Amino acid sequence: MIGLGNERPLLAAQGLSKWYGRQLGCRDISFQVHEGEVLAVVGESGSGKSTLLQLLSTQLEPSAGRICYCMRDGITRDLAALSEAERRFLFRTDWGYVHQDPPLGLRMAVSAGANVGERLMAVGWRNYRRIRTTAVDWLDRVEIDSRRIDETPRTYSGGMRQRLQIARNLVTNPRLVFMDEPTGGLDVSVQARLLDLLRGIVAELGLAAVVVTHDLAVARLLSHRIMVMKGGEVIESGLTDQVLDDPREPYTQLLVSSVLPP
Amino acid sequence: MNAPAYNFAYLDEQSKRMIRRAILKAIAVPGYQVPFASREMPMPYGWGTGGVQVTAAILGPHDSLKVIDQGSDDTTNAVSIRKFFAKTAGVQTTTSTLKATVIQTRHRIPETPLREGQVLVFQVPIPEPLRFLEPRETETRRMHALADYGLMHVKLYEDIAQHGRIATTYAYPVKVEERYVMDPSPTPKFDNPKMHDCPALQLFGAGREKRIYAIPPYSNVVSLDFEDHPFERYRHDGKCALCGAVDSFLDELIMDDHGRRMFMCSDTEYCETRRALGNGAQGFSKATEAAPA
Amino acid sequence: MPALKLFDVAKTFTMHLRGGIRLPVVSGVTFDVEPGQCVVLTGPSGSGKSSILKMIYGSYRCDHGQIFLRYQTSFVDIAAAEPRHLLTLRRRAIGYVSQFLRAVPRVPALDVVADSLGPTRGKDNRTRAAELLRRLNIPERLWSLPPATFSGGEQQRVNIARSFLHDMPVLLLDEPTASLDARNRELVVDLITEKKRRGIAIVAVVHDEDVREAIADSLVDVTLFAKAA
Repeated sequence: MIGLGNERPLLAAQGLSKWYGRQLGCRDISFQVHEGEVLAVVGESGSGKSTLLQLLSTQLEPSAGRICYCMRDGITRDLAALSEAERRFLFRTDWGYVHQDPPLGLRMAVSAGANVGERLMAVGWRNYRRIRTTAVDWLDRVEIDSRRIDETPRTYSGGMRQRLQIARNLVTNPRLVFMDEPTGGLDVSVQARLLDLLRGIVAELGLAAVVVTHDLAVARLLSHRIMVMKGGEVIESGLTDQVLDDPREPYTQLLVSSVLPP
Repeated sequence: MNAPAYNFAYLDEQSKRMIRRAILKAIAVPGYQVPFASREMPMPYGWGTGGVQVTAAILGPHDSLKVIDQGSDDTTNAVSIRKFFAKTAGVQTTTSTLKATVIQTRHRIPETPLREGQVLVFQVPIPEPLRFLEPRETETRRMHALADYGLMHVKLYEDIAQHGRIATTYAYPVKVEERYVMDPSPTPKFDNPKMHDCPALQLFGAGREKRIYAIPPYSNVVSLDFEDHPFERYRHDGKCALCGAVDSFLDELIMDDHGRRMFMCSDTEYCETRRALGNGAQGFSKATEAAPA
Repeated sequence: MPALKLFDVAKTFTMHLRGGIRLPVVSGVTFDVEPGQCVVLTGPSGSGKSSILKMIYGSYRCDHGQIFLRYQTSFVDIAAAEPRHLLTLRRRAIGYVSQFLRAVPRVPALDVVADSLGPTRGKDNRTRAAELLRRLNIPERLWSLPPATFSGGEQQRVNIARSFLHDMPVLLLDEPTASLDARNRELVVDLITEKKRRGIAIVAVVHDEDVREAIADSLVDVTLFAKAA
């Protein structure tokens, strides 16, 4: 099809499977994520969505299948063939990973400014003032009062911590962000604010994202496309409104009908 | 020399060989912490068990050994270790930096420049510079392997954010041969530049943590910093009350309850040598007049 | 050459939670829409009018048939398009005004409208959004508030503004005037007429007969598609 966008995917999974011994994590999953596209992976606990996220972000090794990623130089490479050093570099430049539990993704003992600046320093920034200015800028963008830049996240509320985690991840302008239940542990009102913030930033930066969530409202608000997982397999996928407004599979219909109307 | 129960330099030959292999590896990979099977020594951890094992492994009968503790040849620790090797190895001991072939040190590098052929052995309490921010050893080792050192600058960033400048004054991290980030042991950062391009071999032994690392002669050693907050040496702004030196690292001595103080060289041998050459500055009495800041 | 062409389109819902009963909605849906033309779908509630709009927009999947949309110099079959291509088409070629406004909780009305022009909340976009809101009689004091707190009619007009700001070659309207008073209905009719004059192809579901009269160039009776399946 002509003129409908770049045909080369940013991330492509082919036949991904993971067994933990005889226990199935996920089976034969294939899909693509293009630049600027937000994919939500929904399903209940144990459906394999977290396993999938860990496979994609190379924190787990697949039992079968492969993942290809289009690097910044335009060359698509098999992630399994990258050296650990290259993978780490990818992780602190081109990728982000937002954990459900902020302390897992933050350094709780160092200041917010250092949390945001760490990736910059890791890629060789050596000018204190520039690092700090950039950190202030990012705190502003995630709506954290920059006067609190020198406090540790221990003094922050849950919502602020999550926003700090987002700033810390996005400061190197990654092209792909993995999010694991990004609004998971937050109050409903805090969730709404975070979601709006995320939606704005993701759209503004043209980020691609893979968002794992059990919350269909999060999927509806953030994602362009949805994959529904059950028992380790993808049972349905499509445009977000397609899947949520016209669900085909019995399980998807059950999921959608279990949600209170917005 | 009739104390026959001891092998030469206390340790058995097999242990010394094991330690020498670790040392050779450390020299081959400058700044890299080589694990070794640290032995029990007849002294408590924290008193230099790592340094003593390294010294024991490299000492030969014709060596001349100097031991300093924070620059001083005559504190308990220094005296004990010197006596230990005099007894177990029968080597010559000295306080002269010039004459010594092996210098074991706790937390200082002598003021007198070292020369080729000398070995400086550091006693190290905590060899891992990244531990402050990353307590997992598995993770810090991986970070070293991948030269993933952003975290080290996080520590310096925190310093500046909290104190307006890099407030780390000792155990100031360095990068060796543009590869490994290394803890120089708790030496004052005043001594960091001496490590760079040093003609002597520098060995580091951590007994409790079972690590040996090294800086081979004439290695490139750079103290980490920021462009706009460059590394700066620090010494008290004053001169030695005994020898008048203005270039040596000074210890501060509080004289009384009114905060009167004086400074004197931390390196006692350097100070004595200068005085022997006629460099006496002021007497004690004058120095005590130095008003508190 | 038509802007939109539906051929033999069919839709059936299978309700798995109700023992798998099948609800045929429409079949054999076939009609064309020319640029500048407004086709109004007619038929009683539940006859599948909204479902047809949603299939054209791609939010309902199409079980059978083709929905061709003219895009640049060729036709794209929406029924078979890849999800991300559909997204591109929604950004560039098809606008849709739903019956209800589905807005993000915290975003002010002005930005809800301005955002339809692209993700950057620029000043230019806001100026254009403000003009349209003013024209639709949304009081300026409401612009900085999230529309969730607005009355039904105000929400509907924000919804219209959002989809009318950007000229898409094809515009789908699902009861755009349902909750509006006569004066505001007229305003919307004017806007639709302007769209048609600019060559926009429109498919609409409108119950109000006056509005239908004012905008329709042709009527398509959906009950004709309801029999089979």
